[in-house]
Amino acid sequence: MSQTLTAPPAVATLAEPIIELRGVSKRFSKTLDFAGRIAQRLGAKLRDEVVHAVDGVDLTIRKGEVVGLVGESGCGKSTLGRMVAGIMPPSDGTILWRGRDLRSLNAAEARNAKLRTQMIFQDPYASLNPRLKVQEIVGEAPLFHGMARRNEIEIYVDEQLRRAGLDPALKRRYPHQFSGGQRQRIGIARALAVQPEFLVCDEAVAALDVSIQAQILNLFMKLRRELDLTYLFISHDLGVVEHLSDRVVIMYLGRVVEEAPAEEVFRHPNHPYTKALLAEVPRIEARKRAFAGVKGEIPSPLNPPSGCHFHPRCPFAFDRCRIERPALKQIAPGHRSACHLNDAA
Amino acid sequence: MSAPTLEVRNLKTHFFTRAGVVKAVDDVSFTVESGKVLGLVGESGSGKTVTGFSILGLVDAPGRIAGGQILFKGRDLATLPEAEMRGLRGNRIAMIFQDPMMTLNPVLRIDTQMIETVQAHAKVSREEARQRSRDALGQVGIPSPDERLKAYPHQFSGGMRQRVAIAIALLHKPDVIVADEPTTALDVTIQGQILAEAQKLCAQFGTALVWITHDLSVVAGLADDIAVMYAGKVVESGPVTQVLDAPLHPYTLGLIGSVPSRNKRGEPLRQIPGMTPSLLNLPAGCAFRSRCPRAEPGCAEPPPMAEYRPGQHARCIHPHQEAVAA
Repeated sequence: MSQTLTAPPAVATLAEPIIELRGVSKRFSKTLDFAGRIAQRLGAKLRDEVVHAVDGVDLTIRKGEVVGLVGESGCGKSTLGRMVAGIMPPSDGTILWRGRDLRSLNAAEARNAKLRTQMIFQDPYASLNPRLKVQEIVGEAPLFHGMARRNEIEIYVDEQLRRAGLDPALKRRYPHQFSGGQRQRIGIARALAVQPEFLVCDEAVAALDVSIQAQILNLFMKLRRELDLTYLFISHDLGVVEHLSDRVVIMYLGRVVEEAPAEEVFRHPNHPYTKALLAEVPRIEARKRAFAGVKGEIPSPLNPPSGCHFHPRCPFAFDRCRIERPALKQIAPGHRSACHLNDAA
Repeated sequence: MSAPTLEVRNLKTHFFTRAGVVKAVDDVSFTVESGKVLGLVGESGSGKTVTGFSILGLVDAPGRIAGGQILFKGRDLATLPEAEMRGLRGNRIAMIFQDPMMTLNPVLRIDTQMIETVQAHAKVSREEARQRSRDALGQVGIPSPDERLKAYPHQFSGGMRQRVAIAIALLHKPDVIVADEPTTALDVTIQGQILAEAQKLCAQFGTALVWITHDLSVVAGLADDIAVMYAGKVVESGPVTQVLDAPLHPYTLGLIGSVPSRNKRGEPLRQIPGMTPSLLNLPAGCAFRSRCPRAEPGCAEPPPMAEYRPGQHARCIHPHQEAVAA
């Protein structure tokens, strides 16, 4: 594989937004079963359980950008990714695809918008049909959507596989015959086969070994240059996100707590949660350091804390944090943070 | 000073399968002193977990220890009768697994499991055992340990479960703890908490800790010494600072280069080409040969482990002696 060592194209700050979320929320509720409803009527204190997986998120992703979405488990980053990819409708709020509300599109337009956004999943084995050969996995969608004719599908599939760094000679094999890194490449080839312009990668390298992870990350960067792709890169690994992203969005319990250009986040983190997260990342440069640890656990999204979700673990929390939800406010050009401390200063 | 707490000498653990002999661990040696942390690093399939299992005597058929010694304070565990091994396992030598549910029985309350563990090795009353369990939970930072003792494993979060598993490992204040990827499944802030506990415990009780991980960054902050495994062999070992700052083996150098934070943002990561070879079908000589940029005809001979710098060994005939990783 030849490597061209050019820096990624600088993103014009005013490129056209490819996708825009406005006040998007997702709630999952578990309604009471029959016995529960009877018990409720008889006076038991039972309620429907509602999880606010994503709670009022605004996010704009511009053409050609790589946006890193970081957060710990249960913070709603995967749910957000699914809504962005259009495979899960939001409970509240609007999603604009190239400036148009997804719900106002007619069937053909909606299908096109969905096709242009593809998703790459964490577990490359669970996301590939074990009974299909690689050529079927990769070739099925373009055939259906008329991007390649039946007589030229073989060549088309070969091209997709080659682009993802796989030998086309392997296309008659089944997913179980491949290693984890190769399977992830199949997932990438499948996503690219429908010529998307926007990829949502949900923990796409989390399950891979370090040396394989580096190969896949390099592939993502190569594809970005070649195909002018836009990425939403979801990960819990700050090192990966720092390396790849132009802009970083940090989520905690369903809300965006901070958003800024990548360098800015890592150099001048503003939100106490971001600071804590950065302090906890093990770095290869740091030897024999004392680990301190953020106090406390991640609260349950079933019963999130009042006001600022982070206040029970925050060393700087004061009264207002317990009552009022902090708004995401601009604190520097392109840098937004949701913390009451910024008002006090 | 007498014999080190744990010394593994030329350990070989092989699996005799129908498809052939899998040399999961093939000539591994290292030493851990009391109060020190050894980071055992490698990718999946490099044999690091099997090494840990071998120390605990947990290798099941078709696998067995085919050679070498595991010296625990001078006693060879590899040849110890199972009855004696049972007396040591969980008592003087303990293991923490990647998935705490492997340690915890999902249908028993935490107190039942912990009291059982205490009474297995110490003749104490139930009340005393409960007291010890409570103290152990407190030590690993579990709030209100009295109430938590009455809970079932599923009522704990992932990080809390791992703490319980660590507390169980600590019950008898063992001399050696083998921790197999204990923080890999945890979130960053929770991982920080667990690493802090591990550091504290080592210093407090003088436990020798073997920390198995694929994550070089974790080892960098935690360990005193490091051993890098590839295809069943230790390819490089030495003090953390030396190995990470001036790696000798091309594989170590490649691994360090693959870590995103070491690379300039946006630039391609330095990657190791190819993938780990199947253990069933290892190339003759150096197993890393096919992926190594420095490979030469001489690599077809198995390279010996040699000391190139004081305390720093590598299994390579043309190590990066001049280079310091940028």
